[in-house]
Amino acid sequence: MKLRRRQRERLSLGLQYLVFIAIIATVLVAADWDRLADAFFRVDIIKSMFPTIITVALRNTILYTLGAFAFGLVFGTILALMRLSRVAPYRWVATAYIELFRGLPALLVLFLVGYGIPIAFPEREIPGGVFGSIAIGLGLTAAAYMAETIRAGIQAVPKGQMEAARTLGMSHFTAMRTIVIPQAFRIVIPPLTNELILLTKDSSLAYVLGVTAQTIEITKFGRDMLNDRVNATPLLVAGLAYLVITLPLSQVVRRLELRYAKAR
Amino acid sequence: MTTAPSRPAVEIRDLHKSFGPLKVLKGIDFEVGQGEVVCVIGPSGSGKSTLLRCVDLLEEPTAGKIWVNGVEMTDPDVEIDAVRRGIGMVFQSFNLFPHLTVLNNLTIAQRRVLRRGRAEAERVARANLERVGLTDKADAFPAQLSGGQQQRAAIARSLSMEPKLMLFDEPTSALDPELVGDVLTVMRKLAEDGMTMMVVTHEMAFARDVADRVVFMDGGVVVEQGPPQEVLGAPKHERTRAFLSRVLDPTHVAQLGQPDQSPSPSPAPSLPTDDRHNL
Repeated sequence: MKLRRRQRERLSLGLQYLVFIAIIATVLVAADWDRLADAFFRVDIIKSMFPTIITVALRNTILYTLGAFAFGLVFGTILALMRLSRVAPYRWVATAYIELFRGLPALLVLFLVGYGIPIAFPEREIPGGVFGSIAIGLGLTAAAYMAETIRAGIQAVPKGQMEAARTLGMSHFTAMRTIVIPQAFRIVIPPLTNELILLTKDSSLAYVLGVTAQTIEITKFGRDMLNDRVNATPLLVAGLAYLVITLPLSQVVRRLELRYAKAR
Repeated sequence: MTTAPSRPAVEIRDLHKSFGPLKVLKGIDFEVGQGEVVCVIGPSGSGKSTLLRCVDLLEEPTAGKIWVNGVEMTDPDVEIDAVRRGIGMVFQSFNLFPHLTVLNNLTIAQRRVLRRGRAEAERVARANLERVGLTDKADAFPAQLSGGQQQRAAIARSLSMEPKLMLFDEPTSALDPELVGDVLTVMRKLAEDGMTMMVVTHEMAFARDVADRVVFMDGGVVVEQGPPQEVLGAPKHERTRAFLSRVLDPTHVAQLGQPDQSPSPSPAPSLPTDDRHNL
């Protein structure tokens, strides 16, 4: 018997669903749910983590992330402009910086900032204490990545935009600031969102600076609870806490992109 | 900004421009008088757009001198941003700012460059939108406009800076044929209002009807220039005749299959008598 094309397609799709469901079912049936629940889902431990995980840990994670992102965005934009500068030494410095800091682990940079700067400048303190150290330490690495993203965004703005702005009498700087960079940022919203999400997770490196009960963030809080209660439940809760940040973030960015779509 | 009204709007002396080894302009001497409308025509690659871009210093001349309204553009110390305030430029690809509404496209330079207040800038902008027939598009974004509307908005944007000289770089070449007329009508009105204009164009009917003078360029030099009826109607040079016959009667040349070899002994074909753009 020869099947028609649509019949063949329906049959093939049906088989795929069947295999997929069979795999899920096997995993669900084979897993030892009681032991899993005991290790990862102890309601009493979950309860004991609230409200601190929200009021302190989640709050600090957000603060560290935003601090590092803001620092990285400003510094990264400056680096991007330096890379595109007509002044050769600016280009060299920016290129060297980007190559160096993209190649170093964020952990190492954070460590160097947290311990190197106090040794180098014993009389001075990094403004903002732990928050400042993390914002700068993570921001230095983030800036290197963002600089390349922003540079690509600036180069993606058609040359005619700068020309039109200049022929209206704007200086190069004014044209960059009011015409080119606003368009460049609309182009690089998706990769910058990626960077923000990566920073959210990198903020867990704060532990190398020796955080206290006041400055603790989600991962360290979860690990401390893990050691305290000898149970993995805090890790599950910590993971969900990160999703509480990143999932709404993606939604906000999607809205933002839609809003800008007509202004392109 | 110093201006000497007695001097021509544009003076060009022995202008040369090379892109690497490629010589695009090979010694141009050229003037545009105050209030004059000059159309520059010529085959692609003849250097006419480069000449226009040199006037606004979008291209750096290799040698030679350019004055605009008495200010030497080629002086290394020229306050370029100040001089450009007096020059409007209209591009083939419109180059409206896509992230701003039409109104803000017209106000941003007024506010940032001329330091006008919002109310005054918007008043000037709306007056210029009316001039180009786009009053109802003030709050639209450029992407929501047709090509012809975008180009008219771009002209209004330049006019909002109240320039003394307008440069047009093939303003209708990127437009669908049925949208060309609106843009040319706006330009024609501008010429009638006494604006000094230098227009690089392929619209021969516009050159014939609106220009005070037509300049034919080929191979980086000005081949001939004069009143439109002379240059377009009775060209003296063989190169001008060959170009006009290609532009005005393209199918005939294509049928011959050898457009450059057999120069027709007859004068260039006359311009089409029916005016498709209602000029």
